[in-house]
Amino acid sequence: MTTLSIGPQHLLPQLRRTAAALRARAPAWLPWFIGRLLSGVGVVLVISFIVFGATQALPSDPARMILGPEAPEHTIETLRRQLGLDRPLVLQYVDWAGQVVSGNLGRSIDSNVPVAELMAGRFANSLTLTLAVAAVAFPLALVLGIALALRRDSLFDRAVLSSVVLFKAVPGFVIGICLVMIFSTSVFNILPAASLLDPALPAWRQPQYLILPTATLALSVATYLLRLVRASMIEAMDSEYVTAARLRGVPERRIIWRHAVPNALIPAIQGVAMTFRVLFGGAVLAEVIFSYPGIGNTLNAAIEMRDLPLIQGIVLVVTVGVVAINLAADLITVLLTPRLRTATRIRARSPGLRNAASLWRTGKSWRVSV
Amino acid sequence: MSRPPSSFRKPNPLLDLLRARQVRFGLVLSVLVVAFALLGPLFAPHAPTDLVGITYGPPSLDAPLGHDYIGHDVWSRVLAGGVSVVWMSLVSAVLALTAGTALGLLAAFARRRVDQTIVWFTDVFLAFPDLILVLLIVSMLGREHWIIVLTVAVAFAPGVVRLSRGIALGVVNQEFVEAAEMMGYPRGRILFREILPSILTPLLVHLGIMLTWAIGMLSGLAFLGYGVAPPAADWGLMINENRAGLLIQPAAVFGPVLLIALFALGTNLLAEGVGRVTSRIEEKTT
Repeated sequence: MTTLSIGPQHLLPQLRRTAAALRARAPAWLPWFIGRLLSGVGVVLVISFIVFGATQALPSDPARMILGPEAPEHTIETLRRQLGLDRPLVLQYVDWAGQVVSGNLGRSIDSNVPVAELMAGRFANSLTLTLAVAAVAFPLALVLGIALALRRDSLFDRAVLSSVVLFKAVPGFVIGICLVMIFSTSVFNILPAASLLDPALPAWRQPQYLILPTATLALSVATYLLRLVRASMIEAMDSEYVTAARLRGVPERRIIWRHAVPNALIPAIQGVAMTFRVLFGGAVLAEVIFSYPGIGNTLNAAIEMRDLPLIQGIVLVVTVGVVAINLAADLITVLLTPRLRTATRIRARSPGLRNAASLWRTGKSWRVSV
Repeated sequence: MSRPPSSFRKPNPLLDLLRARQVRFGLVLSVLVVAFALLGPLFAPHAPTDLVGITYGPPSLDAPLGHDYIGHDVWSRVLAGGVSVVWMSLVSAVLALTAGTALGLLAAFARRRVDQTIVWFTDVFLAFPDLILVLLIVSMLGREHWIIVLTVAVAFAPGVVRLSRGIALGVVNQEFVEAAEMMGYPRGRILFREILPSILTPLLVHLGIMLTWAIGMLSGLAFLGYGVAPPAADWGLMINENRAGLLIQPAAVFGPVLLIALFALGTNLLAEGVGRVTSRIEEKTT
């Protein structure tokens, strides 16, 4: 009872102090990040509406799509009941979402294997391919981009830029077909045209099958990033802090690597996130061309077989992956930019995205010019 | 550059554009491929679905590029197979630009709630890789051409929304917009007569870039079997059909590959050339 006498009126300042201490210790960007995270969760929710809606709620009847147009009416009715399609949509969605959240993506209609099981192996193959592309494309784009920026408008710069346009403009699958023509048929015939992986071994142990798909995807995605890095680096070298460092007599090598490059690479973080999105789309075509047993090839086959649970599972995993990558890019951008990291209020949801998108699209920095 | 300073010339943006080599080259290339695709069917010696030879038959006087996987004349099919890619990519890029710009302007002009909602929804759609979104919708709704065109436009529109909103945000606070508002002009007039013209150039450049993307996307979809149905001719479809005979009859694949590549390259060079020239003009005038 005696403790009560030193009750709330003494406790309150104490609490206030702890709250202030907590606020002082918590990073300034935390409120922004929590908001960003919630918004990301909302995006995933709407994506799940779209995926569910596109596959189950659109005017096309899944039961009829599975059985084909000639199936008799009563078989379709039975299948509809089996799939639970006769229940209200909201119930169907809640049911489906609950299953997905608990990790159950359903059974493939075509092969009657759990979707998660079917996807796991394919997913590993696609991940291997993606990592291989990233390992080739990102260092290439960064190093070449910086090198070009330092030699801007030289013969080397112009030659590389004009040859890079070729890979940027020509669709990825056309590049893939050309590589097949050159390396696996008439001209060289040194690499396999089809990536018929041995399922007993992991994909990275069979590099001969990875080379052509990797080259196809790397050539078509590296170009955008390359130009982004080049433009960003040129801008950094033209900036006032570089001039100031030069006037102070800082050695040029140090200016490049310690002052300019770290700043120039900030937009590249968002650029890498954008590259992944393009890569996931392009991988569908590349995997089909090379018969690579990855997620894209499986998606194409699933769509052909009208295998709804498999389509839902793959699209959901890929899109959630993109959302997560974008979120990570935003967070890393904030953490690596001191001005943003210490700001009490970050106004943009995705800082630097607009500038990076502009650099990505046109090779020019974002400027509001009228 | 070398013109004497005394000859005062009224600036003509079109002439400035045509003076740039990249723009000229891109324009000529695009126009040539479009002309080939549109006029080609008139000059085809055979109907694209006529069986005139043996499977992967060699070139002859009658069929200069040989025959394809079931004996169609490759040259006739190359001539006939471009129309679909050309019109579909053009229409979907224009649709995406129109819808995206309207939404982007609305977002920039309305601010707050409307703005946040629109931007948030672009986030949702930008989580889908373009091709996967189109595959998802097309596989469910059917493969009619107009559905494919619409979904490609839907896939590209969020990018346009972001772009046009971003540019318009820089414009809506300018004095001339405020002046128009103070003079009591209706909103529609301010949007379309004051703001739109001043942001049109970057949007048109983006239209060209989207055209390049649309060519890749639509020929890729045709390659996967979404688009023109098999007996008819289409460049993307031809690549897939004749892939197995690459060793015996490379022309049946190489022809369409070359045309798709040239078309995409032409539109890209044109768009980026225009972008470069206009930004140079802007730099000069500011």
